[in-house]
Amino acid sequence: MHGRNNISKNTKVKDVKKTIKGLLKYLKPYSIQIFFVLLFSIGSTILMIWGPKILGKATTKLFEGIMYKKISPLGFIDFDYIFTILSLLLLVYIISALLRYIQEFVMNTISQKISYNLRSQISVKINKLPLKYFDKNTYGDVLSRVTNDVDTISNNLQQTLSNIVSAIVTLIGVLIMMLSISPLLTLITILTLPIATILVGIIASRSQRYFKNQQRMLGKINGHIEESYSAHEVIQAFNAQDKTLDKFNRYNNELYTSAWKSQFLSGLMMPILNFVSNIGYVGVCILGGYSVIKGKIQIGDIQAFLQYVRQFNQPIMQVSQIANVFQSVMAASERVFEFLDEKEEVKEIENPIILDDLKGEVIFDHVNFGYDKDNIIIHDFNAKIKPGQKVAIVGPTGAGKTTLVNLLMRFYELNSGSIKIDGIDITNMKRENLRKTLGMVLQDTWLFNGTIKDNIAFGKLDANDSEIIEASKEADADHFIRTLPEGYNMMINEDGSNISSGQKQLLTIARAFLANPGILILDEATSNVDTRTEILIQDAMSKLMEGRTTFIIAHRLSTIKDADIILVMDNGNIVEQGNHESLLKKKGFYYNLYNSQFETTN
Amino acid sequence: MGKILSYLKKYWWQIILVIVFVAIQAHTDLTLPEYMSKIVDTGITNSDMDYIIKVGIEMILLTLVGVVSTIIVGFFSAKISSGLAKSLRKDVFESVSNFSSEEINKFSQSSLLTRTTNDIQQIQMAIFMVLRMLLMAPMMGIGGITKVVKNSPSLTWIIAISVAALFIILILLFSIAMPKFKILQKLIDRLNLVTRENLTGLRVIRAFNKEEYQEQKFNKASKDLTSVNLFVNRVMIILQPATMLIMNITTIAVIWFGSQYVDSGTLQIGDMMAFIQYSMQIMISFMMLSMLFVIVPRASISANRIKEVLNTKSKIKDSKNPKLPERENIGNIEFNNVSFSYPDSDEAVLNDISFIAEKGKTTAFIGSTGSGKSTLINLIPRFYDVTDGEILVNGIDVRDYKLSDLRDYIGYVPQKGILFSGTIKSNIKYGNDNLSDNEIENVAKVSQSYDFIMEKDNKYNTEISQGGKNVSGGQKQRLSIARALAKNPAIFIFDDSFSALDFKTDRVLRKELKNYTKDATVLIVAQRISTIMNADKIIVLDEGKIVGMGKHKDLLKSCKIYKEIALSQLSKEEL
Repeated sequence: MHGRNNISKNTKVKDVKKTIKGLLKYLKPYSIQIFFVLLFSIGSTILMIWGPKILGKATTKLFEGIMYKKISPLGFIDFDYIFTILSLLLLVYIISALLRYIQEFVMNTISQKISYNLRSQISVKINKLPLKYFDKNTYGDVLSRVTNDVDTISNNLQQTLSNIVSAIVTLIGVLIMMLSISPLLTLITILTLPIATILVGIIASRSQRYFKNQQRMLGKINGHIEESYSAHEVIQAFNAQDKTLDKFNRYNNELYTSAWKSQFLSGLMMPILNFVSNIGYVGVCILGGYSVIKGKIQIGDIQAFLQYVRQFNQPIMQVSQIANVFQSVMAASERVFEFLDEKEEVKEIENPIILDDLKGEVIFDHVNFGYDKDNIIIHDFNAKIKPGQKVAIVGPTGAGKTTLVNLLMRFYELNSGSIKIDGIDITNMKRENLRKTLGMVLQDTWLFNGTIKDNIAFGKLDANDSEIIEASKEADADHFIRTLPEGYNMMINEDGSNISSGQKQLLTIARAFLANPGILILDEATSNVDTRTEILIQDAMSKLMEGRTTFIIAHRLSTIKDADIILVMDNGNIVEQGNHESLLKKKGFYYNLYNSQFETTN
Repeated sequence: MGKILSYLKKYWWQIILVIVFVAIQAHTDLTLPEYMSKIVDTGITNSDMDYIIKVGIEMILLTLVGVVSTIIVGFFSAKISSGLAKSLRKDVFESVSNFSSEEINKFSQSSLLTRTTNDIQQIQMAIFMVLRMLLMAPMMGIGGITKVVKNSPSLTWIIAISVAALFIILILLFSIAMPKFKILQKLIDRLNLVTRENLTGLRVIRAFNKEEYQEQKFNKASKDLTSVNLFVNRVMIILQPATMLIMNITTIAVIWFGSQYVDSGTLQIGDMMAFIQYSMQIMISFMMLSMLFVIVPRASISANRIKEVLNTKSKIKDSKNPKLPERENIGNIEFNNVSFSYPDSDEAVLNDISFIAEKGKTTAFIGSTGSGKSTLINLIPRFYDVTDGEILVNGIDVRDYKLSDLRDYIGYVPQKGILFSGTIKSNIKYGNDNLSDNEIENVAKVSQSYDFIMEKDNKYNTEISQGGKNVSGGQKQRLSIARALAKNPAIFIFDDSFSALDFKTDRVLRKELKNYTKDATVLIVAQRISTIMNADKIIVLDEGKIVGMGKHKDLLKSCKIYKEIALSQLSKEEL
């Protein structure tokens, strides 16, 4: 909730022209519909404006009749005429309402379709972006583009477009009507315009300032509350409740001040505009009355004119509102387009080599890599892994052990050098083919909101039940799955919290069994798994490794000792390689690392 | 709702002012058409220019009164609603601060967060709307109707029909759209969920080549959302043209029937024109009133959620007759037949636990997840109260302490390294404001934080962002250890606080800690056996019971579960 506020309130648009162009591109397929929307909008607005003028005719007729009756006994009110006028008026109003509805109906359809398209494109884009992008941008940010920003666009696009048109048409139309009744009275009304604009401008800029302040304070206080609630045990253990409360009160007071000020100031707009418009109104009454007496103007026209005066102020208010809305649409569109324009992964090669009948040989040939161009972390790495060999990747936390995984899976592109599987450079393969060859079981298990069966079948969508159960048995997961409330059909909840982290790992192993890859990438469990499950996981993993070339991010020395090749990593770089004995003899980094764990503290 | 409304008491005179000025505002709005009709009926008909000017000036004065009233109303509405939100927010925050873990878990952290932020925001908006606009509606409505009845009773029936028509449309549209609104919310949640899944599972999805499968899933959610959105919008956009049409038809009806009355001499033209204005105002006020049906239910849900928090009192309170410990007992911890089960659960997490942790010694706890080791040590700072038995800290039952006194004796390092936004320095000094710079450096060195702090540009003044996102997990743990060390307490509690550290750092840290905490009692919960194998006393827990107690070597022989854990982590020759 809180994140949402922070992100979507940023309404500054960097490149207006580009954003408008982008928006127009999405509107273009609907240009015929939009043309009719505009036409209807103009039509309904003109009819709405015409209404009072017609009404005025009826009132004038009535007034004439009354005056006539006063002077002459033969005088009468021409009800037939009034009836005709009123019937016409009824028709005008009905058509205007219909036009308005059709116009909104079409516009609504268009904007919903556009937002559907935008969402689909973002979803496809997510899968095309290199992982690098997500190193720099948070998930929350992308998420808010898919939902908040697209929502902002779809909800407001419809409003802005037809409202701008109707505001402009209203303004012009009303002006014409007023002029046709009386140029003098029109002048009085227009005179109020600059006053109103200046006042609106002053108030809006001030209230905007307090409003921004309010948003800022709201973000701060929400952050503080979140922090305090999630750390409440620490706060209590350190007797820091007062300290926390002091900070809260400081924020709360600031929030209060900016909140009431922004609310008060933005509330000033309406009454002040009303006052200005009322002055104009009275002016029209006085001058109009004078003109009627002089016989320059008819009573019905005055009445119509007064209604126009009221209508005249509406578009001004509307425009100032739309300006705000439009700004937020622009900001949202820019964020969406920015995302869609992000650089995608390197394109697939034209004539890919297809790898089947895998042996499992992996060669790293003069590999250079850095997450940033300027910061190379793997320098000229060479290694040859024979089919079926076990490779242990070791190193202290934060040493970059997952980097190799990322490169093998081609989540990132090398700076130079190559990685070859069975002699084929992985860049000469289709990503799909490459990734099918490699199986990955990571410690941060990923399950989605669906049944256990669906989650295992993720490794092979067309798998049948018996294959799924077979894979689960191999992964030692079958037993615990059967003890769950609905067995294989149990739903994993949204945050995957209804099964333990050890069980999650078993499920991901079952997933890998089902996918049956030729080369494995494993991540050994370190924490948060109870002993028994841990033994199960180890068993399942060693079963999975049988006969497969395997890369293990290893934490257990027993695994490390058994490995054919150990890659020792520190600060992102591979600092040593060899087997256990040879590395110990070297008395280098590995030697220290190995000894550090078992030196006793006594 | 009642509890929340009692917060308004403080503002009683301001509310009265608001009501008075809303009344004035309504009155001016209602009398304006009268002046207009005076201008037409008397001024223009009699060609009396002086009269027109006189009435015109009165009109301007009247609008001025109206504007001033509106501004006053706006001023007080803003102050009242923001002030109320401020006090509510403070009270809710304060009560939550005093909650024990039991109450926090009952509500869940995220629910408490929305209650303190969004729900209060909702109430603030609702109160502002009610004061600013909705109070006006009944006044305008009633005032308008009385005026109409007084001036031109013959036409009132038209208004009755129009208002009825308005309500029918409102009810019809809302009854069609309302149920769909709920579905809409669910579909939005679903879309969020699928997107979040796509993002968090990025690697796995790519590794298994399931991009298309996920896209299909997303598209289905997106399509569902679009179609419901279309339906709801198509219904709701009827509202505006329909209400406009009703108002316009009302005007036509008034003129048609009014002119007949004018003909028969029972109605004046000016009155008829004023009537049109009144009827518009009456209908607008009814439209406004209908907003109550949207605002009030929403606000009352929020109000109830807030009330629940305010009415909850922590079960863990200071002792009425707090005791202070004897000097020679400080540092001793004793569990006597302690059992514990979480509220609303029959299953005991801890069962008949008894042990003594002596002053100056290290006592370690090990066991599989769910064995109750974290729960056990959380009972010592009294985050929860025991269900049975007693815990003596410094020879005194924890329930006989003033809470803050008890916690002053304890340096607690939580499982996740929790830091606060501020600087590295402010985090280390969190439990001890009087710490000198030398002492800060000392605890930083002991906790193995010194080196990485020195690598940062601003050293000790490096900003820590909310949730400590800009430091790594291991760094967070080390800083929370430094924070506990800085307090210099008699008792240390480490709740699995070394898990994010690599072997090497772990080892050096333990060595340094050993020297630093020589005189203190140390309790350690750990998953790694290497972390605790040198403890003075190791307590092995399994399913809430103590299944082994002693030193590493002894336990290897005597305790099957301990041996099992050890075997899974260490190789034969290391044992």
